Amino acid sequence: MTPTRKRRLIAVVLILAGVGVASTIAFYSLQENLLYFQSPSELAQQPIPAGRQFRLGGLVKPGSVERQGESLTTQFVVTDGPEEVTVEYVGTLPDLFREGQGVIARGALDDSGLFAASEVLAKHDENYMPPEVADALKESGHVSMQSKDEG
Amino acid sequence: MLPELGQIALIGALLISLTMGTLPLIGASNGNQKLMRVGQTGAIAQFFLIAFSFVILTWAFVVQDFSVEYVARNSNSLLPMQYRFSAVWGSHEGSLLLWELILCLWTFAVAIFSKKLPDDFRARTLAVLGWISAGFLLFVIFTSNPFGRLIPQAVDGLDLNPLLQDPGLIIHPPMLYMGYVGFSVSFAFAVAALLGQQVTREWVRWSRPWTHVAWAFLTLGIALGSWWAYYELGWGGWWFWDPVENASFMPWIIGTALIHSQAVTEKRGTFRNWTLILAITAFSLCLLGTFLVRSGVLTSVHAFASDPTRGVFILTYLVVVVGGSLLLFAIRAPGMVQGSNFAGLSRETLILLNNLLLVVMAAMVLTGTLYPLLLDALDAGKISVGPPYFGTLFALLLIPLAVLLPFGFYARWQEDSLKRLLGELRVPAFAALVGGVATYFLLPTAGGWGVAGVAGAFWIMASCLRYYRERMTANPGQRPGRGETGMIIAHFGVGLFLVGASLTNPVSSEKHLRMVAGDSFELAGYNFVFEGTRGVRGPNYVADEGEFIVYKSGKRVTSLYPQKRRYSNGQVMTEAALDPGLTRDLYVGLGEALNEQGTAWAVRLYHKPFIRFIWIGALLMMAGGFLAATDRRYRRPVSQKAETRPTDANLAEAPA
Repeated sequence: MTPTRKRRLIAVVLILAGVGVASTIAFYSLQENLLYFQSPSELAQQPIPAGRQFRLGGLVKPGSVERQGESLTTQFVVTDGPEEVTVEYVGTLPDLFREGQGVIARGALDDSGLFAASEVLAKHDENYMPPEVADALKESGHVSMQSKDEG
Repeated sequence: MLPELGQIALIGALLISLTMGTLPLIGASNGNQKLMRVGQTGAIAQFFLIAFSFVILTWAFVVQDFSVEYVARNSNSLLPMQYRFSAVWGSHEGSLLLWELILCLWTFAVAIFSKKLPDDFRARTLAVLGWISAGFLLFVIFTSNPFGRLIPQAVDGLDLNPLLQDPGLIIHPPMLYMGYVGFSVSFAFAVAALLGQQVTREWVRWSRPWTHVAWAFLTLGIALGSWWAYYELGWGGWWFWDPVENASFMPWIIGTALIHSQAVTEKRGTFRNWTLILAITAFSLCLLGTFLVRSGVLTSVHAFASDPTRGVFILTYLVVVVGGSLLLFAIRAPGMVQGSNFAGLSRETLILLNNLLLVVMAAMVLTGTLYPLLLDALDAGKISVGPPYFGTLFALLLIPLAVLLPFGFYARWQEDSLKRLLGELRVPAFAALVGGVATYFLLPTAGGWGVAGVAGAFWIMASCLRYYRERMTANPGQRPGRGETGMIIAHFGVGLFLVGASLTNPVSSEKHLRMVAGDSFELAGYNFVFEGTRGVRGPNYVADEGEFIVYKSGKRVTSLYPQKRRYSNGQVMTEAALDPGLTRDLYVGLGEALNEQGTAWAVRLYHKPFIRFIWIGALLMMAGGFLAATDRRYRRPVSQKAETRPTDANLAEAPA
């Protein structure tokens, strides 16, 4: 092999090794940070073990929002029609959080089946429904409440 | 009547763009001067027609013509005048018209400022831009017409999304689009060079200033978006790895790689194919971004509406542009061996490493952004990729980038010795050590990433300063031009950005708490006293306004007035209050009232050190980009013969 070729070969091998290492790290990092989205119905069919992080989405059940005294702890029920899950969140809720509206909560179930949320996301404006929530509602046949939100 | 004229102007512009896309190409292939000149005339006419229709849409907002559906949806009789202007691009249809207007502006600029280019090359470039414009106009006219009428006319409008009623949002979209769409010029230059088989060093020199300007605008647009999210979303974060942010960040990363690769191609003639590929990729990612943001596949403040035909249209457009240009590349790409050889350690190698790292970074962002969409499309479950994925990988890739950066501008072209480079970089290495140690002792909460970040930042900034001082003491004839000065400024900006990005998160403190009037809370040495709330009234909202007085060691620092607004359309929004400073921001957000009487409130308090460095760094990068674009050598008349070697000494010679 000529010196030039040898040098090129080394360069190519180094680059391939670098890309290989980068993709391996990327792959594991991706696996670790995947968050699945579940609707209450899906959760009822396929329970998720307590402590495992996922995203729960649905509508905030009207009349279910309850604040513990005047503290920052709030409990509310997320429903997709047939099933519901109680969520507890400590902190300030987003501006567009409202009863009867779509919501996505990130967190995990505790041993008693309560969903402890570390983050609550509401839609960004009045006319917009998070696509995941819209699909989940459609699947569970619960479409009446969101019809005005389409468009 | 006026809106119909606006629509006719759009159709007229479409016809012109189609003409621009065809006649000059024919002219360029058979040397017909008349046909080639159609490109310039077309570019000018197209620009004025689109500007006309844009003015008409703006006028409809100013006079509140609620018979236009788009106006009725995104405005309201109470909307203040300055937001009537920004409401034009506040939603889907208008923002596409803005996209098209900016494309026409760039095309117009190419027509005006490229008089020195060979006629056939200019004709081809304008033809490519004409095709891009035609595709976009078809999209606007058939799926997203902003001039559609509402019959019967609405009595009042629905109002602009309150999140968008903010001064930052008046300038963020136009600046971002100037960047996004600006890469269409680099793309058009690349495709025109392939079509005419003119992939020469001179071609790169013509293309470089356009790339610099587009990149500088994109930098500014992204920085404005980040700044806006910080103060307007009310959560104190500056980057969320939201798919929409990623959509603008990916073209930025590839654009950065392109700028570096173009430097090598211009100076040394190597990396030609690579430069072409990057130019095509950068614009493709801009289109992909437009698709992601505008098709409604993403949950985001930017996803205005989900209309499947729109998504399908942009996707088809994307496939045609990307597929077509890559096919052209496959057929026409110049041969592999070209330009001068270089050794294992040389500026070429270092820029190659820079490009590899940046491309891996873009690929990592692309994977994280598209993977959830892919799984969803395959019905394999709905997932999202958490921000730690992006954060970790970004930081890991930044380490080699930051370490290698100073070597990049110290290294000589073709060949250099490690011993010489290490000698040059002794002082920056010492600065890095001092910076890291100082951070470790002065900011104990900074942690490993904070210490590493500051050390890296000092390493970069010290090398910039040292390098610039050396270059300024060189012989008068060899002093740095604007291109080189711009480069140093931009890299210094990278250092400042690194200070902010690595320190802000670990050193910040935040507290969510319940407060009633008279309560106080001490955060990071600042005492926040809540004085209570009062009702205030704005032009189109009513609000509860809290008053917080902040003390430090007994002395009053500032008063902050966060608001909880209720807009006329019923939407509720938090308007955070902040006291900016070079070394720290104080930030208060008002949550909801915790009791019926409205005396107890949920409150968010933040102390954010060094966050301004992030945007100051970005502004310096932008300034460097603009300055480099004005370098004298880009304005030199072009000789038709290829040059044998670069004559300007600035980047080719490293200081002794």
